[in-house]
Amino acid sequence: MFYWSNFADFLNMGGYGLYVWGSYLVTALVLIIEVLRLRSRNRALRKTLFSEFHESSKN
Amino acid sequence: MSIRDNNWFKYAPPQRFYELSGKLIPWFTISGIILSIIGLVVGLGIAPTDHQQGNSYRIIFIHVPAAWMSMLIYVVMAFWAAIGLIFNARLASMLALSLAPTGAIMTFIALWTGAVWGKPTWGTWWVWDARLTSELVLLFLYFGFLSLHASIDDVRKADRSAALLAIVGVVNVPIIYFSVKWWNTLHQGASISLTKAPTMATQMLTGMLIMVFAFWMYSIAVALYRCRTLILERDRNAQWVKEAM
Repeated sequence: MFYWSNFADFLNMGGYGLYVWGSYLVTALVLIIEVLRLRSRNRALRKTLFSEFHESSKN
Repeated sequence: MSIRDNNWFKYAPPQRFYELSGKLIPWFTISGIILSIIGLVVGLGIAPTDHQQGNSYRIIFIHVPAAWMSMLIYVVMAFWAAIGLIFNARLASMLALSLAPTGAIMTFIALWTGAVWGKPTWGTWWVWDARLTSELVLLFLYFGFLSLHASIDDVRKADRSAALLAIVGVVNVPIIYFSVKWWNTLHQGASISLTKAPTMATQMLTGMLIMVFAFWMYSIAVALYRCRTLILERDRNAQWVKEAM
């Protein structure tokens, strides 16, 4: 079923390993950074809103 | 069921959309993860090699989905920006703003993977041909949209000004798409045609289409998540936000 007979061939990509993995790695990295940055922005905001509300309700 | 229950604008208030999108995001995330695993196994592991380009062609499984998404997201972004402008709909403008960063990222991925693919295939990272140049213009349109929006303090004014830019920029999308037909470019023609029989091996085509759906799911999940964050930021003083916190 698989095209590759072993893992070294798979990594080597017929001599194009650097190009193929270079594109997949950068793509994965960029997408992961987007999600992580968005998550930290969302969490920080909810934290601020949460504390704002609970402080104002005490008064 | 009365007309009220089946209202087209049921999800137009940001609060309703916030609740709905919160329920939808996990589904898009899970489908995105499953589809990318299958797509990567098919594309990188199972699909045969290309007899002309060797295994460098395997970049196609992210290059084409990212390039398609970069154009599609732009059109959808301009659509919602226009709805926000014409009907003064806040949620539509927020949706447009939520799509822009993801569209810019898809454009960057298309350009990056294209350059890395171009080097072994054409012998150069970059040429100023019609396809590559118009895709670069798309990146600048996304940057323009985002920086114009960020430069105006009044958010509704920012929404409207950025919407105009987005709408004008739509003209670039058909230019990108048809550039390989209209001009003599180094870039190869369309990978998929609806009118001609497929020229790709079945496993290549399958892997690529699965990756396209994976990129769809990713983009929808991330844009919805960003939109939820925007809704919280803009409606921070609304009663429902206080109750939700």
